Amino acid sequence: MKKIIILGGGTAGTIMANKLRKALERNEWKITVIDKHRTHYYQPGFLFIPFGIYNRQDVVKPKMDFIPAGVEVLFTDVDCIHADNSELVLTDGTIMKYDILIIATGAQTRPDQIPGLTEKLWYKKIYDFYTIEGALALREFLKKWEGGNLIINIADMPYKCPVAPLEFAFLADEYFTKIGIRKKVNIKYVTPLSGAFTKPRATRMLSDLLVEKNIEIIPDFYLERVDNDKQTIVSYDGREIPFDLLTIVPVNMGDEVIARSGMGDDLNYVPTDKHTLQSKNFENVFVIGDASDIPTSKAGSVAHFSAEILFENLMSYIEGRPMLAKFDGHANCYIETGFGKGSLIDFNYDTEPLPGTFPLPGIGPFGLLKNTKTNHYGKIMFRWIYWHILLKGKEMPIEPLMTMAGKCKKC
Amino acid sequence: MASKTYAGKTVEVTDEGYFVNSSDWTVEMAHEIAKEEGLSLTDKHVAVLNFIRDKHAKGEVLTIRAIGKSGIVDIKGFYELFPGSPLKLASKIAGIPKPSSCV
Ligand SMILES: Cc1cc2nc3c(=O)[nH]c(=O)nc-3n(C[C@H](O)[C@H](O)[C@H](O)COP(=O)(O)OP(=O)(O)OC[C@H]3O[C@@H](n4cnc5c(N)ncnc54)[C@H](O)[C@@H]3O)c2cc1C
Repeated sequence: MKKIIILGGGTAGTIMANKLRKALERNEWKITVIDKHRTHYYQPGFLFIPFGIYNRQDVVKPKMDFIPAGVEVLFTDVDCIHADNSELVLTDGTIMKYDILIIATGAQTRPDQIPGLTEKLWYKKIYDFYTIEGALALREFLKKWEGGNLIINIADMPYKCPVAPLEFAFLADEYFTKIGIRKKVNIKYVTPLSGAFTKPRATRMLSDLLVEKNIEIIPDFYLERVDNDKQTIVSYDGREIPFDLLTIVPVNMGDEVIARSGMGDDLNYVPTDKHTLQSKNFENVFVIGDASDIPTSKAGSVAHFSAEILFENLMSYIEGRPMLAKFDGHANCYIETGFGKGSLIDFNYDTEPLPGTFPLPGIGPFGLLKNTKTNHYGKIMFRWIYWHILLKGKEMPIEPLMTMAGKCKKC
Repeated sequence: MASKTYAGKTVEVTDEGYFVNSSDWTVEMAHEIAKEEGLSLTDKHVAVLNFIRDKHAKGEVLTIRAIGKSGIVDIKGFYELFPGSPLKLASKIAGIPKPSSCV
């Protein structure tokens, strides 16, 4: 019997397990999913927790609910991948052989990478909203906070869902307005980028929104450390910004097992062919989702689109045919902009987010780079779609490769 | 697109001054580009430029953190060598495309 191991049962790994189990004969292929945690988190929902819009139950479900019958599941960490021998070693020493390995270990926040971040102010006046723990702790803090300097900072690139901290800024503006203390809260958006976003048109649209909402943007700020005594963040070029509340996106990195196995770059991401999704170094290893180093957003939508491409390529690989499906880096992100509105960007390796409309049979059209109520519903609906359609690897009425339909280059 | 002459050779550059073909680059040219940016290159600068050209040639995504781990400079040192936006400045002088770190 031949074996496929899917390492990581998050968004991407779960989609792949569903697609592959349906396509491959059970008496020919054994499929195993290995994950170190039993709970599946709907990470995009973390953003809404600090403001009391979602609570814990809205964003967690057991992983087992989404893994199809006929797939073996092991809940354990992995000590090491020996890709030269096509095997991996579990923490209890068990050796598992594979014919094909799919790495889907995602990206994690690493607050330990910034000096001073996890010292005495951590979870007292400094919070992250990229973990369930951080989002819930921040919720409690905000219930009692009376205002001051709110600093929203991104420690380093790349990080998951590049628009999430902007959405956080917009939602914070709405939240403080609604509870009547917006005048007492000074919101600053401090980023290592040269603007709100790097792609020019999206930056323009998002910067205008920040100005409109009285959120100050401080660009080109590359965080060196946090000074707990002075309550400031300090950049490598010596600038210091005081905070009363710091909400931060810590450095994001791939899992340590990638580093332990000598398979990653300096942020533990696995070098991957950006079109075929095959590992650059090992022919029978494929990489999907945030774990790879492909130059597109680390986002659930990317995991979903690239799953279709990887699935086609794996079928070709298994049958000894050339891998012809090519991923284009397609990403599609709803941006929550506060007060019941939202925006939408759709882009790939070569095309920056453009204005226009995004056709979606039956539901859309959504306005691209526009601030509308329909886009907000798109974001809210996405949670339902995520649990019921996306994770199960079902067909969605949206193409994996980006289309120019509805987009406008000259607008 | 525009063109520029460095060290007696005319090369194609983008509107922002980044090389279109990174293979056009030589160290002599780097010294002249640096001068335009108000910098005078030391051996340390050149070592960093070679490091990032090498990373670029391998198709790796450049980050400030990676340069901090290069063993040539730490991140603070990188800022001192190429003040302001070090990754952009160094990429320009190294004759490689403008970094697009946000994806
Ligand atoms: C606050 C926030 C907001 C976001 N908003 C959006 C959004 O609006 N739209 C969007 O498209 N995306 C969004 N994202 C991003 C999206 O959630 C991720 O890109 C997506 O979940 C990536 O899927 P993945 O399978 O690569 O990784 P994950 O879903 O993170 O799964 C990785 C899995 O691997 C397991 N694992 C890791 N290492 C090991 C190991 N050594 N051994 C065993 N198991 C291991 C983990 O336990 C985990 O289950 C957001 C993310 C955050 C944090």
